[in-house]
Amino acid sequence: MAAKKPRLAVWKFASCDGCQLSLLDCEDELLAVAGAVDIAYFPEATRGEISGKYDVSLVEGSVTTAHDAERILDVRARSRVVITIGACATAGGIQALKNFADVKEFTAAVYAHPEYIHTLATSTAISAHIKVDFELRGCPINKMQLVEVVSAFVAGRKPVTPAHSVCIECKLKNNVCVMVAHAKPCLGPVTHAGCGALCPSYDRGCYGCFGPMETPNTVSLSRQMAHLGMSRADLKRVYSTFNVNAEEFRKERERHG
Amino acid sequence: MASKTIKLDYLARVEGEGAFKVVVRDGAVKHAELRIFEPPRFFEAFLRGRSYMEVPDITARICGICPIAYMMGSIHALEKVLGIKIDGQLRELRRLIYCGEWIESHVLHVFMLHAPDFLGYDSVIQMAKDHGDLVKKALEFKKVGNDIMTTIGGREIHPINVRVGGFYRVPTKRELQPLAEKLKGVRDFAIEAIRLVAKFDFPDSERDYEFVALRHPSEYPLNEGRLVSNKGMDIPIEDYDATFEETHVEHSTALHSHIRGRGPYFTGPLARYSLNFDKLTPTAQQVAREVGLGKTCNNPFKSIVVRLVESLYAVEEALRIIAAYEPPEKPFVEGTVRAGSGCHATEAPRGICYHRYTIDDAGLVTFARIIAPTSQNQPTIEKDLTSFVGNWLDLPDKELQYRCEQAIRNYDPCISCSCHFLKLDVDRG
Repeated sequence: MAAKKPRLAVWKFASCDGCQLSLLDCEDELLAVAGAVDIAYFPEATRGEISGKYDVSLVEGSVTTAHDAERILDVRARSRVVITIGACATAGGIQALKNFADVKEFTAAVYAHPEYIHTLATSTAISAHIKVDFELRGCPINKMQLVEVVSAFVAGRKPVTPAHSVCIECKLKNNVCVMVAHAKPCLGPVTHAGCGALCPSYDRGCYGCFGPMETPNTVSLSRQMAHLGMSRADLKRVYSTFNVNAEEFRKERERHG
Repeated sequence: MASKTIKLDYLARVEGEGAFKVVVRDGAVKHAELRIFEPPRFFEAFLRGRSYMEVPDITARICGICPIAYMMGSIHALEKVLGIKIDGQLRELRRLIYCGEWIESHVLHVFMLHAPDFLGYDSVIQMAKDHGDLVKKALEFKKVGNDIMTTIGGREIHPINVRVGGFYRVPTKRELQPLAEKLKGVRDFAIEAIRLVAKFDFPDSERDYEFVALRHPSEYPLNEGRLVSNKGMDIPIEDYDATFEETHVEHSTALHSHIRGRGPYFTGPLARYSLNFDKLTPTAQQVAREVGLGKTCNNPFKSIVVRLVESLYAVEEALRIIAAYEPPEKPFVEGTVRAGSGCHATEAPRGICYHRYTIDDAGLVTFARIIAPTSQNQPTIEKDLTSFVGNWLDLPDKELQYRCEQAIRNYDPCISCSCHFLKLDVDRG
């Protein structure tokens, strides 16, 4: 009899579905992954229901409702390993912009009957609620990194994902620096690697969708971008996107009013 | 047993979180509701105060399956404010990347989410055990769509190379060439897939819908056209707000849409096809006829076939664009930043996606409204349940529930979009 395959579950919280879609977008690897693990719960792809314990849980999305704050505790209790995938799950996502606003006003701006809407005042990362074993960044995640992380946990080894900045990825690709050579503001120096320096490869500055790298020097970068003509309001906005609630970006945002 | 409630608390194989409930009393369906409990994310609220240049990168995040739709809608609406008109190769490149999204999204839905219903599997992974070759070919087909997105947009989910005015960088002729080879490689399967899926067993469920889609004088609609219907509507996109209304119901975090004074309508592949058959490529028309589809189709269960006809169209349209491609001199057109309002609708894979924005003289958004195809289809989905379930009441509860689930999946509902999620509840009393 074959050895028992590890049971994998995919959970969704507030999100766009893009990160879990990355799994279905692994066209060349999907059937191999499905062969190596038992995909036991993945409602976007299968009708199978929640039952028992899971070896690896991939969690997409942020916590924005009281119900979801309860549900994530159940996910933790059922899972040996919890891996959060994407900017929503690791930082709160673009919807964390409501953390800095009046959520009642936000609700009234979108819905005719705000009383029908049950939402928390904040959008928070999964790690704010439970212990997380590994965080994979990106908005969206890089699918090859996802395959690496799932393979590593199934094999019981540490995933190999770089911790350096997007700048290193540009150097590896021989990209000309868009900020130095073309005076384009770029978050590459403070942003976690993983995308393969996509934006600079397409002649635009990085907009930080993989979130802050470890110990980023955001103060210095903001000074340089101000030299390039960005106003305080521009600088505040540039840190206020998909990873606005990641600590380093949030602090730098707050420095600009 | 004349009365019961059929419910499902978490719909599978849809994009997002939803549920449904059907209440049956004395052998008749009394009430059907599609509950969307996807947590609200408030895009329209936090777009206020953002620069017009940031908008497409933010709206893309409404949906990981159809980001191009949300980028194209906002871009075209904002370009109207800035006085930008895109034509020539830039316009063609936008059609090309949209073809990529249609292929990726349609093939995902047809084979990964929808076909398992017809073939009796819980998932595509189970299906692959018996139909390995089919699933492999489908994955290859889907991949070509993603390759188009990646080549032009930088990546398949949330592309980074699409902007107000055009692109940050345009591809060279040479960069597009491998796509042409791959498209030619899947074209035969695109035809074979239509023939295969058309043989599925479809329930005889037709209704007299009001189909609404874009229509363009010379092409199958993607980014441009007038809003038309099979019941006499023919209006410019600018008349959208005067023609349609949105209401907020308690059981859904997605707003419902109606035609003012008329009621629910149907948007998406079935509507597009039925209103634009004459604009499909000759091969797509011929294969559709051959499998008995007709020029219009009122059976939502056959939407799976129509999605594949549209996918074949997208393959051929993409090939046409690549063959004639010459890189434009400039990757984008600059506009004039000024205060004003603009609206636009494009044909997302799931149907009309409407955007309206107001910006101030610094180019900052002061108002945003986005209406997703799934929220437009919600009242029609509920009406389908009300009218179809009556014929299925003899089925055991489990099967009835499954059938209702399928009736909802016909619409490829993207709940993440519409709310920016779904559960079944059949109450037989």
